[in-house]
Amino acid sequence: MLDIADLSVSRDEQLVIDGLDLHVAEGEVVAVLGPSGVGKSTLLRVIAGILEPDRGTIHLDGTDITRMPAHRRGVGMVFQDDQLFPHLDVAANVGFGPRMQRRASSEITALVDTALDDVGLAGFGRRRVDTLSGGEARRVALARSLVAAPRVLLLDEPLTGLDRALRDRLATDLAALLRARGTTAILVTHDAAEAEVIADRSVTLGR
Amino acid sequence: MVALATPPTVVIVGFVVVPALVIAVRTVGAGAIGEALGSRRVLSIAWFTVWQAVLTTVVTLAVGMVPAYVLARRRFRGRTLIRTLVVVPFMLPTVVTGAAFLALLPDSARGTWWAVIVAHSYVNLAVVVRVVGSAWETLPHDLTASARTLGASPWNVARHVVAPLLAPATVAAGAIVFLFAATSFGIVQLLGDGSTTTIEAEVARRALRYGDVGGAVVLSVAQLLVLGSVAVATSRRQRRSAHTLRGDARPRPARRGIPRVRALSIAAVTAILVAGPLVMLCAASFRNAGGWTSRAWTSWGSGSIRPGISLGVDPWSAIRASVVTAVVATSIATVVGVLAALAVTEMRRGGQWLDTGIMLPLGISGVTVGLGMLVTFAVPPFDWRGQWWLVPVGHALIGLPFVVRVALPRIRSIQPDQRSAALLLGASPTRAWWETTVRRVTPALGPAVALAAAASLGEFGATTLLSRSGSDTLPLAIAGLLSRPGDLPRSQGFALAAVLMGVTAVLVSLAEGRADARHR
Repeated sequence: MLDIADLSVSRDEQLVIDGLDLHVAEGEVVAVLGPSGVGKSTLLRVIAGILEPDRGTIHLDGTDITRMPAHRRGVGMVFQDDQLFPHLDVAANVGFGPRMQRRASSEITALVDTALDDVGLAGFGRRRVDTLSGGEARRVALARSLVAAPRVLLLDEPLTGLDRALRDRLATDLAALLRARGTTAILVTHDAAEAEVIADRSVTLGR
Repeated sequence: MVALATPPTVVIVGFVVVPALVIAVRTVGAGAIGEALGSRRVLSIAWFTVWQAVLTTVVTLAVGMVPAYVLARRRFRGRTLIRTLVVVPFMLPTVVTGAAFLALLPDSARGTWWAVIVAHSYVNLAVVVRVVGSAWETLPHDLTASARTLGASPWNVARHVVAPLLAPATVAAGAIVFLFAATSFGIVQLLGDGSTTTIEAEVARRALRYGDVGGAVVLSVAQLLVLGSVAVATSRRQRRSAHTLRGDARPRPARRGIPRVRALSIAAVTAILVAGPLVMLCAASFRNAGGWTSRAWTSWGSGSIRPGISLGVDPWSAIRASVVTAVVATSIATVVGVLAALAVTEMRRGGQWLDTGIMLPLGISGVTVGLGMLVTFAVPPFDWRGQWWLVPVGHALIGLPFVVRVALPRIRSIQPDQRSAALLLGASPTRAWWETTVRRVTPALGPAVALAAAASLGEFGATTLLSRSGSDTLPLAIAGLLSRPGDLPRSQGFALAAVLMGVTAVLVSLAEGRADARHR
């Protein structure tokens, strides 16, 4: 499914990832653990196509996507601070991906309703995103990424900044959702317990 | 408190509110509203005023977005320098910009609509770069990245994410550019002609050349009403559509290769476009039909082209008049401005009124300020039209908002407990107020004083109406010299414009430098 070989990445002239190899199988959820500054988020950004690597290759279903523009990769990402579009309501945020794929509006509406239902936010479609709580915003960001049906979903510390009880509940929901949809995913976290709940296996990046 | 509020209130009521009421009454009583607004010439000028302002807005936004993006999003060596350079044309007196484009463009461009639009866009480039750029600086990089991971192409990211989020700033910048272009005076006086002129210039022409003060007043009020409603409508729209954004938005270096070359090329072209006309202005002061010469700089004292033939404009006397006017205007603006700022903070509702009154001259054009004073102070015992101090008072009104806007936040930042502490330590109420408030405010006034002085030195609209012959300031002398035939007056006009440019640049950089030093 996803094959990363000999990947090296520099940021601000400093080598952050050096010769990384990683294989993720179809439908597998892999957690990437490690201390701050070790390049976990950088790895996701390179897979997503937001950053370019210095060296190495990334293959998705056998296709070399190393230099492919981000919007053509079919790789979705949930960012640490959600990055919901503040000028759009919840439904328009969630429907953004299908809209870019030029799906019919009736189809987009159905997809959005299902996705919001999946993340427990049925009826939230008309809400402004600045009225959402931290947990609700995180669920909308997740629904937005899932609805675009990415081949791989990247989750950059998706539960950071939430209180403990909410984290535990969301971790369980997220694990169930990813498994129900059979989504291939890479989760970056520094919380081993969270990785245990959500992921099938963990890899640790170190200095 | 009454003692504090009295001088600024007298100045604002006497020289802004009463003149505004007088011209409003004169408009209603003119009986010639239809005649003034309905004439074929006025309709044609109004049409030109509007369409050139619309086209200037479109051109400035289209051209300015590119450097706005590069300067807001890309980090490279020299970025701060170019950001400062872009603001220079906006701070320069419009008469200097007009002169710079006369030096840059061929003689055949004078009087053409495109010369006016190019010069207006040049001046207002800073508005787009700074206003839209400031909004762009707050867009988190991850916001556009998230759109890309959702399948949006660069075009769709720009269309569906960046453009809507920049819309409030773009509308604000567009409104400012439109208002500046629509009320342009200095540039159309120098680059325009009978058909390429604005309502603003027509107001001055009617009042001065034809003595048609009634017609000038009607036009001036009509312009004020139309442009005032544009300003109110756009500021309301801006308030409705502001968003809060989170995430890292700091400028980043462009990727190596073509993106980096593209960013650096845009920055270099921007610097050349901004500096080009100003360099040409300086060069033109050393040229005449025969080639390079320094005669324009060395013949200031003579005041004559040939024995017996005078230029009619004495550069030294213009410089003297400008310096005296700027010193008096800045002194008035500083003293009245500090008193006003103190009064605004001490008073509640009355303070808000006073603050609004002080900001009025910035909202209405220089020509309207001048016209209001000219009309009001024409009747004994207040017939002050011949008084030398009327010009500095007009300039002080335009400098006042700078002083108040700098002093107010400083005064408001003073903890009330400090005055109580001084009182408890035995200071009298007046002494406590002096020590904890006045002495804290005065050191911060440097930038405001420099900006007020720069505004006075470059003021053209109000001065055109208020100045008496023989006491022309630099902008008037420059416009006079550049409108005369012959090589020498023209290159002397360029030389004086270069002097005015230099002095303004020094004052503005002093103001910016002091302001930056305080923020560090």
